[in-house]
Amino acid sequence: MIRFEDVTVSAGSVTLLDRLSLAIEPGPPTVLIGPNGAGKTTLLRAAMGLLAPTAGRITRTGERRAIVFQRPTMLRRSAAANVRYAMAGSDRTRELLALVGLEHAADRPARRLSAGEQQRLALARALARNPTILFLDEPTASLDPGSTKAVEDVIRTVSGRGIKIVMSTHDLGEARRLAGEVVLLHRGRLVEKRPAPSFFDAPRTEEARRFIAGELLV
Amino acid sequence: MPEHLSALDLVLTGDPALFAIVRLSIAVSFSAVLLAAVIGVPLGAAIALSSFRGRDAAIVVLNAMMGLPPVVIGLVVYLALSHSGPLGAWGLLFTPQAMVIAQTILVTPIIAALSRQTIEDLWLEYRDELTALEVGPVRRIVTLVWDARFSLITALLAGFGRAAAEVGAVIIVGGNIEGFTRTMTTAIALETSKGDLPLAIGLGLVLMAIVVAVNALAWTLRRAAERMAG
Amino acid sequence: MIRRLLLALAFLAFVPPASAQQNSIVVASTTSTQDSGLFGHLLPLFKAKSGIDVKVVAVGTGQALDIGRRGDADVVFVHAKSEEEKFIAEGGGVKRFPVMYNDFVLIGPRSDPAGIGRSKDIVAALRTLEAKQQPFISRGDRSGTHLAELKLWKAAGIDIEHDKGPWYKAIGQGMGAALNTASASDAYVLSDRGTWLSFKNKGELTIVVQGDKRLFNQYGVMLVNPARHPHVKKAQGQQFIDWLLSPDGQSAIANYRIDGQQLFFPNAGDPNA
Repeated sequence: MIRFEDVTVSAGSVTLLDRLSLAIEPGPPTVLIGPNGAGKTTLLRAAMGLLAPTAGRITRTGERRAIVFQRPTMLRRSAAANVRYAMAGSDRTRELLALVGLEHAADRPARRLSAGEQQRLALARALARNPTILFLDEPTASLDPGSTKAVEDVIRTVSGRGIKIVMSTHDLGEARRLAGEVVLLHRGRLVEKRPAPSFFDAPRTEEARRFIAGELLV
Repeated sequence: MPEHLSALDLVLTGDPALFAIVRLSIAVSFSAVLLAAVIGVPLGAAIALSSFRGRDAAIVVLNAMMGLPPVVIGLVVYLALSHSGPLGAWGLLFTPQAMVIAQTILVTPIIAALSRQTIEDLWLEYRDELTALEVGPVRRIVTLVWDARFSLITALLAGFGRAAAEVGAVIIVGGNIEGFTRTMTTAIALETSKGDLPLAIGLGLVLMAIVVAVNALAWTLRRAAERMAG
Repeated sequence: MIRRLLLALAFLAFVPPASAQQNSIVVASTTSTQDSGLFGHLLPLFKAKSGIDVKVVAVGTGQALDIGRRGDADVVFVHAKSEEEKFIAEGGGVKRFPVMYNDFVLIGPRSDPAGIGRSKDIVAALRTLEAKQQPFISRGDRSGTHLAELKLWKAAGIDIEHDKGPWYKAIGQGMGAALNTASASDAYVLSDRGTWLSFKNKGELTIVVQGDKRLFNQYGVMLVNPARHPHVKKAQGQQFIDWLLSPDGQSAIANYRIDGQQLFFPNAGDPNA
């Protein structure tokens, strides 16, 4: 679906992605992990098309993309209006709000929703675009366990419907819960990319082993 | 207006000349603000969203134009609309329409500059989402203007205040003709020059009361609408 | 097309339509004539007789003539004979008709710091003011009043442009503003009687010199040249001029009074005016 060939992304003198090559294929969720500043957000943005590579190439095969940012911005409108704003195709607002459990808040001003509710609304809004691939940047980072579960449930449901999920997370537990495939990034480089069970049971690289053990990768 | 009456007397007795002047002042300034908004808001929005060489210079110029002296604008419009000028055939000199035109020119930079700032601030917030949603340029402007509408109202009120308070432009292009192009401010200028200072001050207070009323009305509407939309 | 769009937008927003202008003329006149209240008295009489709305644009004489020159008025009605004759000679107007006269008065502080007393001699008074460097307010705006003032300095043998000092303040504004300034600074000022009588901020000022023949202020009226400005409302403009010169108009002028005093003296029949 999306192929990174030797992609480098720099901002000034800082290298965010360093000659990264990677292919994202249809199937179960791909979860990006790694320390802060590893390049997870940059990779998601570049894959989404919000960033152009400084070097290298990104090829896509014409799928519809949508993204949920780490701190999504709500439009100054009602929750339902936010979803309707992004709608591609027939109006499925009610259905999507129900999917993320926000039916009751449909007419409330979106900015007055709690952080967890806003994250779910952003999810509904992204799904309104009828994407074939959905990027999520640390979707549960600032949420309490209850909201985290709600969001993870939606991700599972959506993945089950055939939408490719590419998400990043800080939470190794969440990676274990959701990932079909794990991608470990460190300092802008791809360290390991493996199916989830093999990654966690038998990491190949020293960095991956230390990361799973909870050590700080510097 | 009858002599030897204070402005309060005129208000209380419903003096028709005074009310005609008030009505004209409001009509001219209100019209000018509407026209200026139609031009200035999209213009400000477009600059806010654009990036081109000389953008900074354009913004500086736009902000500076908020300080255009009304009397200079009046003079330029006068020369343009004069029968000896390029637009003389329109026959608009010394009419309320000419006053609307002059005040529109005065107010548009204010509305455009303030809109630009408001929309640029909102764009900073909305940028990621609107880009991710692949929203086209026209829809972007519409969305930003709509979502920023309450702040933009403040810009319109600033424009109205400026228009209602100025005398330099309207007196030159309107001619301060009694019963036809005489507004609050030109009437105040006239009464001052006739030495009737108490009446002039009284009219000034009436004018300020009107501007306060307009602002109060706008504030009430804004609160009500905000409560509904969040 | 653009014009229609602009007008549509302007009309759309509450402003009275321009169609009301059809039976009307624009008369460029002076602030002193306006401030005297004469138009408030004359125009309703003319409208009742002819149905024509007269719109007066009251500015300084210089500006009034300029408005006429540009063709932005149909009639010019000012009080500066030499300027009016120049206007005609340049082809700005058709013919100049004398209408009426009023007079100028020298206004000054009641306390009479210059020691002029109640005089009938304007030239002597001006010489005294200059010699004693008494504060004097000049309109300085090329108005009829200003031009009359300059002529009087000349008659007094004073080259005011050269001999003026800080005591002579040219403010570049209308009669009312000049009187306000004089009132506020206890200064002397030349004013037309009409504006003085209706001025409401007299303070400590009073008439110091009046009645000198040299203080005569003649008004003339002219139709703006339709040959040069074809859009000028020739027929209606001429109707107004004819009315001013007619027995009806002339007696209306004579009947205008402030506090029982007649301000303007009709003299349309005077060939030398």
